[in-house]
Amino acid sequence: MNEPVLQMKDLHVDFSTYAGTVNAVRGVSFDVYKGETLAIVGESGSGKSVTNQAIMKLLPQPPAIYSSGEILFDGKNLLDLSEKQMEKVRGKDISMIFQDPMTSLNPTMKIGKQITEVMLKHQKISKNDAKKRALELMKMVGIPMPERRLNQYPHEFSGGMRQRVVIAIALAADPKLLIADEPTTALDVTIQAQILDVMKEIQKSSQTSIIFITHDLGVVANVADRVAVMYAGEIVEVGTVEDIFYNPQHPYTWGLLGSMPDLNEDRDQRLRTIEGSPPDLTDPPKGDAFAPRNPYAMKIDYEQNPPMFKVNDQHFAKTWRLHPDAPETEIPDIIKNRYLQYTGGDN
Amino acid sequence: MTAPILEVKNLKKYFGAKNNPLKAVNDITFHVMPGETLGLVGESGCGKSTTGRTIIKLYEKTGGEVIFNGKHTDQLSTKEQKKFNQELQMIFQDPYASLNPRMTVFEILAEGYDIHGIYKDKKERRIKIYELLESVGLNREHANRYPHEFSGGQRQRIGIARALSFDPKLIIADEPISALDVSIQAQVVNMMREIQEERGLAYLFIAHDLSMVKYISDRIAVMYMGQLLEVGKASDLYNNPIHPYTKSLLSAVPQPDPRTEKKRKRVDYDTSQHNYSEDEEVTLRDFGNEHYVFCSQKEFDNWI
Repeated sequence: MNEPVLQMKDLHVDFSTYAGTVNAVRGVSFDVYKGETLAIVGESGSGKSVTNQAIMKLLPQPPAIYSSGEILFDGKNLLDLSEKQMEKVRGKDISMIFQDPMTSLNPTMKIGKQITEVMLKHQKISKNDAKKRALELMKMVGIPMPERRLNQYPHEFSGGMRQRVVIAIALAADPKLLIADEPTTALDVTIQAQILDVMKEIQKSSQTSIIFITHDLGVVANVADRVAVMYAGEIVEVGTVEDIFYNPQHPYTWGLLGSMPDLNEDRDQRLRTIEGSPPDLTDPPKGDAFAPRNPYAMKIDYEQNPPMFKVNDQHFAKTWRLHPDAPETEIPDIIKNRYLQYTGGDN
Repeated sequence: MTAPILEVKNLKKYFGAKNNPLKAVNDITFHVMPGETLGLVGESGCGKSTTGRTIIKLYEKTGGEVIFNGKHTDQLSTKEQKKFNQELQMIFQDPYASLNPRMTVFEILAEGYDIHGIYKDKKERRIKIYELLESVGLNREHANRYPHEFSGGQRQRIGIARALSFDPKLIIADEPISALDVSIQAQVVNMMREIQEERGLAYLFIAHDLSMVKYISDRIAVMYMGQLLEVGKASDLYNNPIHPYTKSLLSAVPQPDPRTEKKRKRVDYDTSQHNYSEDEEVTLRDFGNEHYVFCSQKEFDNWI
C-alpha cells in the first residue's frame, strides 16, 4: 500500500460543559491513503464529526480541548499549527463538504464568486483564469449551462445543484484530502446517487483521498474502500469494505448491519435492534463502552477497555471476543449468512 | 369484502394564486384497508406530506373526496368531527418540534383527554396515561419529565403514545423515523408493528427511505410531482416495478452490500419519454394483483 496522506494518532478531544467534561473523542487512530475513500460510520454522538472537524481545527476552543494525540499531514502535526498556518491548509490542502448545501453557501454572493474566491486566496491566478477554471469545475460536477449559472445566486439552485457547487468549491484548489461530512444526507435518493457518482468520478481522475462521514450503510457500501466504525468516541472496527460488510467482528457492527433492512429481506422477519442507548460521555464507562448494550458481553467487557485485535492485515476490531482465551460467541445468523453469501459467491 | 378505513378520491390540493396554482396534490386516488400499512413514498416536493396533512384536515382540500370510516369528511357534524379527530391521528417527523417544550410528558398526553372531555376522574386518567407510556416502552417515572430530557428515539415514542391515546383506527405517520439513528429507527419500527398487531390499526406511512418503507408496508404508493404513479403490494412493486419513475427511484436506493453496489446501474427518469398527446387519457390502470400504474392506453398495452 502507498504512503498515507493523513495519519491520526490517538486523538482525544474533550468539551468542557456545565454538566462536566465530555470525552467526545477517546483515542482515535487511523490512516488515510492516497486516492482511497475511508468511510467513517457511527450514530449521532459517536464522535465522527468531531474527529473530522478536529482535522480542520474547526472546533471552537473553548469549549473544545485537544487533550492529546497527533494529526500528521504533510509531515506536520496539524494540532501544532497556528490559526494563520491553518488558514493555508483549509480549502487548499484539505477541504470539506458539509451536510446542508442550503447553509454552507453564502446566500448574498454569486456562485461564480464563491468558487473563484478559494482559488484567488490560495493560488497565484488571475481573475480571468480563475473564472475559466470555475467553469471547468462546474462542468466536471455536472452543472448544466455553467456560463449562465456562474452569475446566479444560491437560491436559484436546487438542493442537488447546490451540493454540486459545494463540491466544486471544495475541489477548486486541488486538495489532497476531501472531508465529506454526510454530503448526501439532506438529498433525495435519486439526487444522492448522482452526487455519489460525481464524487467517484472526480476521485478517479484526481486521486484525491476522501474521508466520507455517514450513518447510511448503503452509501458506505457504494463509495468506500475502507470503513471505520465509531462508537462512543472510539473506532471499534476498521477494515476493507468487504471485511466490514461480510466478515464483521464487533458486536456493534453486527447490530448496525442487522438493524438495516435490505430490499430483499422478508417482511415477516423482525428487524434486529440494538437495545438501550449510547453511554453518557461525561462519564465514560470503565470497560468496553458497548458492553451494556452487547448481548455477548463477558465479565471482562465491564472491567477493561479492549485493545484493537488483528483479524487480518487491514482488519482490526476492538472487542474481547477476539482474545485467544475468549469463549466462542454465537455469531447471529444474519451476519453468518452475509459471509456465506459472499464466500459462496466467490467459489 | 371489508370496507376501506380511508378512501381518497381525486384529492386535489393547490397552493398559491388561483390562475396559476402550484398543484401540490393533483388528483390522486387511493385507499387504506383496516389494519393495513400503506407506504407513501416519493422525493421531497412530490406532495406526499401535503397529502397526509390534507387528509387529516390540517390543510383545506381544493377538490376531491376523503372518506374516513364510511363518512365523507367534509360533511361531518360537530360530534362526528370530534370522533374523526380521535380516530385519525398523526405522528410527525421531527420529535424535537412536535412536543411542547414547556409541558411535561404527562401534560402532553393529558391535553387530548381534557380537550375531548374524557376521563373526568383524575385517577383514571393518570392510570390510562401510565398505560400509554408503558405501551411505547417508556415507564411511569417518565411522565413528570420535560421533552428536553429525552433522546430523539424516546421523544418519538412520546409522539406515538400521544397518537395512540384515543385508540385510533388510522395513524398518518409522516416520516416518523427519518430524524432517528439507524439502530433507533429499527426499535421504533418494530414497536409500531407490534402496536399494529395488538390493536389492528392502520398506518399511512409517509417516507422517502424506501428500504424501511418496504419493510413496514403491505402496499406501497409512489408519488411524483403531485401525482400517484404506481401502487401495489410491497414485494410486487419492488420486484416488478412497472412505471419508469418507480424503476428509476428503486435503482437509486443504495443497498448495504458492497458487491451489489459495485454492479448497480442507475436508471434515469425522463418525463419526455411519455410524450402523451392531448387526446390520450392518462390514468391509473389495473395491471392485476392490486397493481395499478398511471399510464396511457398505449403504454398499458406495451407494459403489461
